[in-house]
Amino acid sequence: MNEILLTGWGRTTPTRSRVHLPADTDATLRLMADGNGSRGLLARGLGRAYGDAAQNAGGDVLDMTSLAGIHAVDVDAATVDVDAGVSLDTLLRHLVPLGLFVTVSPGTRYVTVGGALACDIHGKNHHREGSFARSVLSFDLLTPDGEVRTVTADADPEVFWATAGGMGLTGVVLRATLKLLRIETAMVSVDTERAGDLDDVMARMEARDDDYRYSVAWIDLLASGAAMGRSVLTRGDHTPLADLPEGKRANALDYGPKALLSAPAFLPPGLLNRLTVRAFNELWFRKAPVSQIGHPESIATFFHPLDMIGDWNRIYGRAGFLQYQFVVPFGQEGAMRQIVEELVRHQCPSFLAVLKRFGPGNGLLSFPSPGWTLALDIPAAMGGLGPLLARLDERVVDAGGRIYLAKDSRLAPHMVPRMYPELDRWRELRERLDPKRRMTSDLARRLQLL
Amino acid sequence: MRNAVGDVQTVLVLGGGSDIGSAIAARLVQQGARTVVLAGRRPEAYAQAEQSLRSAGATTVHRVSFDADDTDGHPKVIAEVVSTVGDLDVTVVAFGVLGDQSVDEHDPAAAVAVARTNYLGAVSAMTVVSQQLRTQGHGALVVLSSVAGERVRRSNFVYGSTKAGLDGFATGLADALQGTGARVLVVRPGFVVSKMTAGMDKAPLSTTPEAVAEVVVKGLAGSATVVWAPAALRLVMSALRHVPRPVFRRLPV
Repeated sequence: MNEILLTGWGRTTPTRSRVHLPADTDATLRLMADGNGSRGLLARGLGRAYGDAAQNAGGDVLDMTSLAGIHAVDVDAATVDVDAGVSLDTLLRHLVPLGLFVTVSPGTRYVTVGGALACDIHGKNHHREGSFARSVLSFDLLTPDGEVRTVTADADPEVFWATAGGMGLTGVVLRATLKLLRIETAMVSVDTERAGDLDDVMARMEARDDDYRYSVAWIDLLASGAAMGRSVLTRGDHTPLADLPEGKRANALDYGPKALLSAPAFLPPGLLNRLTVRAFNELWFRKAPVSQIGHPESIATFFHPLDMIGDWNRIYGRAGFLQYQFVVPFGQEGAMRQIVEELVRHQCPSFLAVLKRFGPGNGLLSFPSPGWTLALDIPAAMGGLGPLLARLDERVVDAGGRIYLAKDSRLAPHMVPRMYPELDRWRELRERLDPKRRMTSDLARRLQLL
Repeated sequence: MRNAVGDVQTVLVLGGGSDIGSAIAARLVQQGARTVVLAGRRPEAYAQAEQSLRSAGATTVHRVSFDADDTDGHPKVIAEVVSTVGDLDVTVVAFGVLGDQSVDEHDPAAAVAVARTNYLGAVSAMTVVSQQLRTQGHGALVVLSSVAGERVRRSNFVYGSTKAGLDGFATGLADALQGTGARVLVVRPGFVVSKMTAGMDKAPLSTTPEAVAEVVVKGLAGSATVVWAPAALRLVMSALRHVPRPVFRRLPV
């Protein structure tokens, strides 16, 4: 046991917790049964949620990364049985050489399977394959009554969908079986095109996203005027073996991503300002080909470019940063446009802004729902940020949209029921699994989720 | 809980009748705080403060009885507040008495009364609240010190000495709370035009409760440990601190 300050990936709002390394399931069980004080318990993975989702101030936190076994890979059935604390990084290093890939990969490999399920994460293929939970065949959930249930979407849809996207508040996920995707090579064939403005990129995505398994647009939120919303759209799919040059086919599934460098521990504040980000965005836009078809990229380059820089969250300095991600339904393109206009007007120094289209959603608190999603990183110290985002929240709600709890660090509690109409249903189910309210988090306290 | 842009949800003011205390609460409510507890000797007198907090957006305002001098009663009051409103995001130690220097420096009982409220009461309250903050693993304690305590002056040394003691305690507590998730913000206002100073001649660089609140909220949003109100006092005081005593004694401050 270790008493330490924890933050999310954005490094804002540190709070103190007792962090435990559960050696095995029995140890986790004992901790849960102990009822150590009244501050509750929460499982934490790799801490990549941006805000306070994996923090539990004054309470107990289970560091699940110590439960990280890969129990069985069934190559024929394309499934894998893993402990919840295993990271996608570890998993991919095992699976890719076998010709298998996770069905849903987020923008970083450094998330755990348990965290991915709790946040019901999505990737660049949501418009085709849905969220992470859709690839979860079953999971073992330890509830505060000490029971371990094996949950499937068919046999126990309520517990399944209360847990998927339930932000870790229904219990501790111990183990999961995932449906995998077969791949023939460790490469991705990528089509890239530049779009001159927001309407252009949205039109291109609407027209042809369905032809691609993966699609995402990087958007320049500092460009204004006629160039407002200019973007680089990248779409692709895993490269079939036949498309590789003959000389490379023997090693088609070689996979060994490395971090190139790590951000230093201490960086001056204000490194990311409007000038530096504008310069970066200009360069990024210009360096992208106007149009390029079938460019071969590695899995790491295509899916996880930021993982090449270790601890990249440090570049925001001591004040940290936050990510704002919302979705508005199809048909609300006008709302998306207004929000982008407002962000551009405020010149948020955001070099990481991505636009995507979601397919059908699922779950009670699961974020993705059919529509357009925009995610952007913003330095927390930016002046006027709180009121700006509160205004955007209103626009998002008015458009029938919502913001992503895994990214949130500043939403007002009264907005949650307006964004998640199933919140009360989720509360009811959660209460049944945890009547004594042992499971909690800073996010749950801040947003009054329980 | 505090959020990533520095807004908080729950505010406790110890010294609910204090103009500065309620100005800080009002400012935090404007920034999104919804629950305020005004604790003081005369909760019945805070109806108007409650009303203005509600019209600023507070949804829950409690007025509770709290006597700084009744240090034995502090743990119970704080425990009851916590059981009613939950975690304390910001607690403002705002109570204090000015005393009457001309009387107090000759009347032991009067001098002790000032010290009891301003120093002993604050030491007790800060200790009790800090225990709660350690337990909850987060939260800020805002302590109203005074420039009067930074270098104690002939003209108000009874009051000044209590603030000097309080300031030292709060500064030490801030260091002790490093790594606990809790923090202390020491506030050193100059002459504040308020109920407490009604009828007194304004000193140079005088300020208002609202201006102090502004400085406090800004300090809370960042990682400040000490703030002056107005900020220029920091420079003035760092100069005054080095004035030789025979000169300082004669200064008309």
